[in-house]
Amino acid sequence: MKTMMSKMMIKSLKKTRLVLALVFALVVAAVFVGSPAHAASGGFELETPLIDTSNQKSLQRGAQAYVNYCMGCHTADYQRYSRLASDLGLSEDDVVTNLIFTTDKAGEIDKVGSLMANSMSEDYGRQAFGVVPPNLALTARSRGEDWIYTYLKTFYRDESRGGVGVNNLVYPGAAMPHVLWEQQGWQEPVYEGEGADKKLTGLKLATEGTLSPQEYDDLIRDITAFLSYMADPIKHTRHRIGMWVMLFLLLLTGLAYFLKKEYWKDVV
Amino acid sequence: MSSNDTGSEVGKKSGLMNWIDDRFPLTKMLEEHVTKYYAPKNFNFWYYFGALSLMVLIIQIVTGIFLTMNYKPDGDLAFKSVEYIMRDVNYGWLIRYMHSTGASMFFVVVYLHMFRALLYGSYKKPRELLWIFGMLIYVCLMAEAFMGYLLPWGQMSYWGAQVIISLFGAIPFGIGDAVTLWLKGDYIVSDATLNRFFALHVIAVPLVLIGLVVAHILALHEVGSNNPDGVDIKAHKNAAGIPKDGIPFHPYYTVKDLFGACVFLLVFFAIVFFAPEMGGYFLEHANFVPADPLKTPEHIAPVWYFTPFYAILRAVPDKLMGVMAMGAAILVLFFLPWIDRNPIRSIRYRSLAYKVLLFTFAIAFIVLGYFGMQAPTPAGTIISRICSVIYFGFFVGLFFISKAEKTKPVPERVTS
Repeated sequence: MKTMMSKMMIKSLKKTRLVLALVFALVVAAVFVGSPAHAASGGFELETPLIDTSNQKSLQRGAQAYVNYCMGCHTADYQRYSRLASDLGLSEDDVVTNLIFTTDKAGEIDKVGSLMANSMSEDYGRQAFGVVPPNLALTARSRGEDWIYTYLKTFYRDESRGGVGVNNLVYPGAAMPHVLWEQQGWQEPVYEGEGADKKLTGLKLATEGTLSPQEYDDLIRDITAFLSYMADPIKHTRHRIGMWVMLFLLLLTGLAYFLKKEYWKDVV
Repeated sequence: MSSNDTGSEVGKKSGLMNWIDDRFPLTKMLEEHVTKYYAPKNFNFWYYFGALSLMVLIIQIVTGIFLTMNYKPDGDLAFKSVEYIMRDVNYGWLIRYMHSTGASMFFVVVYLHMFRALLYGSYKKPRELLWIFGMLIYVCLMAEAFMGYLLPWGQMSYWGAQVIISLFGAIPFGIGDAVTLWLKGDYIVSDATLNRFFALHVIAVPLVLIGLVVAHILALHEVGSNNPDGVDIKAHKNAAGIPKDGIPFHPYYTVKDLFGACVFLLVFFAIVFFAPEMGGYFLEHANFVPADPLKTPEHIAPVWYFTPFYAILRAVPDKLMGVMAMGAAILVLFFLPWIDRNPIRSIRYRSLAYKVLLFTFAIAFIVLGYFGMQAPTPAGTIISRICSVIYFGFFVGLFFISKAEKTKPVPERVTS
């Protein structure tokens, strides 16, 4: 009787230890919860767009906007046009006729297998804007989708900023002009409070653009989705393969469990 | 247990095996390290992480070899060559994510492996040298991870290296500046630095690492494995000279570790396929921007596995003292076998005081790791200071309580 009791106690003790071990592992895991902040957002709260990088139509519209409005200044020379074609459900001919505006040194339209580079030299970029316009292929991973979306949404008129005449809420002092002004129109800042308490609290549309605010949001959502795709083009393939890998490993784990149990039967 | 009957085994040996054994001690080595290496039968959860560390080392070496086939150690090409691997090389993304995830998971399993040693006194006589080899592996691993992190040549690679190398500059008498210059091979972190870090990362440190791992395993097999009860299984042997509480490593622990490896790989590949950035902890966001010597990122944080020590460094107001504290935090671990003066190994039979000390130490280490990742705040600095004191206090406290501790009776044999 006594030995049975002590055996049971040892068993429960072992359980407590296992629980303790698991708790420890969980604490370690808990440290990983949440993520370190992306780049600062100028103190302005970022909006989260509902983007869907598996929606090829949205990505196609985003790609079209990208090559038309962004690519003149922003290179993306880690990505290839041909990859774009296959990932966005386009034929290479579609891409050549509709999306490639860049040329090689001889002035010929770039081949479909080339990288999405543009023709703006770094020196020219520096002269025109003060900084070289960054490569946008990885911006969705360095700054995040929310940042890109809110950045494109929060340009406002600021006469104090000479050259570009605009400022941005999430990136104050941005060197970039408001490229999409025709579509969005012009926004003016809204202030609250007086004197030292004067605070910029939001923006209001002062001059309407060619797109309604809803249509403009859709446009920059598509651009954000495209940049998100371009930052991690393998994502959906990775997830698809990953499911099979998980399934295989689960089966293997089960098999290994019973194999271990079988071998350990004679260990007393 | 008929497989232990050596007579029948010899009879079964193939002609090829005989031919090899006449020329190379293959059977002898297999028996010594695998089939007749008797490990205690009561290993628990904590005993998976040694084998898992070895597995991660192999993952790192194999994926590393394939990465070097397409990586270019050149200040102008490095960042782009990584993106080339991620986009244009067939399954390059998989190899790269396995390598980057492997780096972090290496530290996860090594930290758990080391904590196991603390729980069950695996560093105590006669395993002091085994522990020291282990510590040397840990230091090598830190060097390997640090130099590997420069190679993608992103902003965090660059500025992280800049910050860590500049720590050596704290050494007085002009030695510091000479050392930083010698490490960088230039006045700033540059192409020269990248090239030498590449050489050290792919050849020098891995060679040392593998040598140390071999020494670690040889030392382990010489003295035998410890166990959760901390009792010496060699004290009770049967007529054949086999420890009564021992079971041959193969097949018992090979099948058990196979199960552990499967569970580990589930976690590992879940990260690789579904969260390779691990929310910015395994691959930092700022590292997706190419290195720019003219633009300092607003917040430079080392990768998570260095942050406990980084927090200790920042907790000390004086730079030189901070660097020394950080070095001491690692160095003091080497002396653990002599700091802990209690002959009882396992935490199961030690005093409440020891248990309290060890768990506050573990919690302080995790808290330090957390604050080492954050931008400095006044509250964070105070908490880091408290935790740094707890970190070192553990060793001081241990030295004093371990001599006259109220311990429980240790069983003769392992408890089931």
